[in-house]
Amino acid sequence: MANTETSSSPAQSAAAAPVSTMAMLAPLVGWLVPGAGHLIQRRWIRGGLLMASVLTMFFLGLAMEGKIYRPNTGDLLDILGFVGDVGAGGLYILGRMLEWGGTAISQATADYGTKFIVVAGLLNVMSVVDAYHIAIGKKP
Amino acid sequence: MILLALELSHFTAAITFSFFASVVFGITQRNDPRSMYRYAAYCFAVFMGGLFVAGWIMWLLHH
Repeated sequence: MANTETSSSPAQSAAAAPVSTMAMLAPLVGWLVPGAGHLIQRRWIRGGLLMASVLTMFFLGLAMEGKIYRPNTGDLLDILGFVGDVGAGGLYILGRMLEWGGTAISQATADYGTKFIVVAGLLNVMSVVDAYHIAIGKKP
Repeated sequence: MILLALELSHFTAAITFSFFASVVFGITQRNDPRSMYRYAAYCFAVFMGGLFVAGWIMWLLHH
């Protein structure tokens, strides 16, 4: 008789598991507030470090007079910048609401600031994916 | 709105960028705390190495 038992890796069993509330909530919360996806899963140190890293990058970018990209400018590079910025979630929404990052550039290092803001968004996307992996049990 | 006018040098900006990016890479790309520290340190070292190599390449191109 054939052996019907199969051994599955943690990743396979995690993929087969039904989607839990936390698996939906953690990425959403983590996107809106950087690091919060980890904090609501009681990963205090990881969440705190992620929050500090993303927030610091974003606000340093603003302090360097970096630009926050807007959608629909028609320029391909601006669209890519917008995609990066949107990764910062709540920070991007807050920045647009309060009209941060829209000032006239007065110093040469402002372009660094723009890159800091884009990278803060991209790092937050990595943080969101990590929070999801923790929520589905793929990562401890 | 400008929170404060900050003008970092290219080198300071690169170090700051490398540090925070390495922290996030370490946390998100490894599973246990020890590996996270090691990977973050590795990423930071690679960033710094790349910074100096790129700097010397630009210096050579300039001269």
